[in-house]
Amino acid sequence: MPENAAVLTCRSLCLGYENREVLHGLSFRLRGGECLCVVGENGSGKSTLLRALLGLKKPTHGDVIYGGGLTRKSIGYLPQQSAAQKDFPAKAAEVVRSGFLNAMGARPWYSKAEKQRAAAVMAQLGVADLALRCFRELSGGQQRRVLLARALCAAGGLLLLDEPEAGLDPIAAQELSRLIGELHKEQGIAVIHVTHEIHEALREADLVLHLAAQPGEYFLGTPEEYRNSPLSERFLMK
Amino acid sequence: MPEQLEILQYFWKALVVGLLVTLCASLLGVTLVLRRFSMIGDGLSHIGFGALAVAAAFGWAPLPVAIPAVIAAAFLLLRGGGEKLRGDAAVALLSAGCLALGVLVLTLSGGSNVDLMSYMFGSLLYAKSADVLLCLALSVVVLTGFGLFYHRIFSVTFDEPFARATGVRTSAYQLLTAILTAVTIVLGMRMMGTLLISSLVIFPALIAMRVCKSFFGVTLTAAASAVACYLIGFALTCFSPRGLPTGATIVTVNLCAFGLFACIGWARSRRKAHCDPPHSGAVEGGFKT
Ligand SMILES: Nc1ncnc2c1ncn2[C@@H]1O[C@H](COP(=O)(O)OP(=O)(O)OP(=O)(O)O)[C@@H](O)[C@H]1O
Ligand SMILES: [Mg+2]
Repeated sequence: MPENAAVLTCRSLCLGYENREVLHGLSFRLRGGECLCVVGENGSGKSTLLRALLGLKKPTHGDVIYGGGLTRKSIGYLPQQSAAQKDFPAKAAEVVRSGFLNAMGARPWYSKAEKQRAAAVMAQLGVADLALRCFRELSGGQQRRVLLARALCAAGGLLLLDEPEAGLDPIAAQELSRLIGELHKEQGIAVIHVTHEIHEALREADLVLHLAAQPGEYFLGTPEEYRNSPLSERFLMK
Repeated sequence: MPEQLEILQYFWKALVVGLLVTLCASLLGVTLVLRRFSMIGDGLSHIGFGALAVAAAFGWAPLPVAIPAVIAAAFLLLRGGGEKLRGDAAVALLSAGCLALGVLVLTLSGGSNVDLMSYMFGSLLYAKSADVLLCLALSVVVLTGFGLFYHRIFSVTFDEPFARATGVRTSAYQLLTAILTAVTIVLGMRMMGTLLISSLVIFPALIAMRVCKSFFGVTLTAAASAVACYLIGFALTCFSPRGLPTGATIVTVNLCAFGLFACIGWARSRRKAHCDPPHSGAVEGGFKT
């Protein structure tokens, strides 16, 4: 994937539930290998934006365009709240591997390379020894790590993370932010990172999107510009 | 002795139809139960009952009426029936309505109580040659479908939004599940009875979930236990001196199996809890005791 081709373009995107508007007239462009950090108050529409980028939520106006060779099949996603069933009988390894489904085409079984890569990703996230454990019997943070591993397996060109550090211990959170840096700088995977850990995230990000409580109001720019903008004042607690 | 030959033919047809329907229902049941659609089998069988009653009243062939009607209903219900009328309420509404309609039509068209009873509780004698062929086709589709799409079925069942977000065509899987479930239920309900067919969908998955912790294990165990329970129930029906009802016997065998597996699961979890001896890992004054 060429580094500077836009993989994702939003044009005057409007989102809402029933007749309440959440986002109004949002436009931005993300190139391959860039990391966009999305911040904002609770309820400002960050998760809704991710769902719209994934096609899970229809925009009321405007559109989301994939480009630069990106398709639905090369996107990894970590939801804020997993829709996974609470009492589902599944081994952690089965869950992680299901991230590869999007790239499998018509092949019915996972290849050896995919199984090895799943094991490597699990080792990277420190859940290798949980591979054969039942997913529903893992702790909250362990489940979160397993779902993160699934998202990494699915991410070929774009990775969407909705508060990935929630529920992780400090060591795992640090490892995660190192991993995000490696993904977009070395592997050229574009990352959209929704977070409340703002200081940590600003260090890694190429772009910052701050969604304000008011639907039409937002800031988009580099971390440097963001630090000098009026919107960031209360957020960064300067 | 042509009469005995005829009985033997009935026997084989009933055995084959029942076995295939049981196998399909148990496999489909795994995804239905895990997606919180346990009652869908019950609802669909009542809708099928309504359709069969209407077909009987007008003298139409039963399967061509019942199968499309139930497929349509299954699709509606599995799609979530619109945002407002969801899940269990929608199933309950449709199934009670169709059951009432069926009973009314059957009574008004002069059907006897015997007809009603055999619809409600099923009978082995309903297996016709057409059913055998349909059952064979159905099981080929279900088994190859499960073989080829096993991992996708897992993903759609485990976390539907994630599967959809990463480009799995989840609506196609929902449509396919709806059609296969509908056909399975219509084929099975005349033998198992309207009131009991849904147990073929629910029981195997629940039995397997007592002891298995992986999706693969649950799928295999559900299929195996369903077939075993069916064979035991069928044998009991055939060889008991006082003609036991098929459906009820099979469900009772399933219930016993459920009890057995629940005990095994319970005993296992207790043994696990007991085999770790308590050891003191407390750190006092910087030294491990
Ligand atoms: N399913 C829904 N139906 C109706 N309104 C919703 C729904 N989901 C979210 N909303 C509303 O949309 C707005 C944005 O929600 P969203 O989940 O996108 O916020 P967020 O920025 O992700 O917040 P947080 O930081 O708490 O995760 C909120 O006001 C919320 O009440
Ligand atoms: Mg959110």
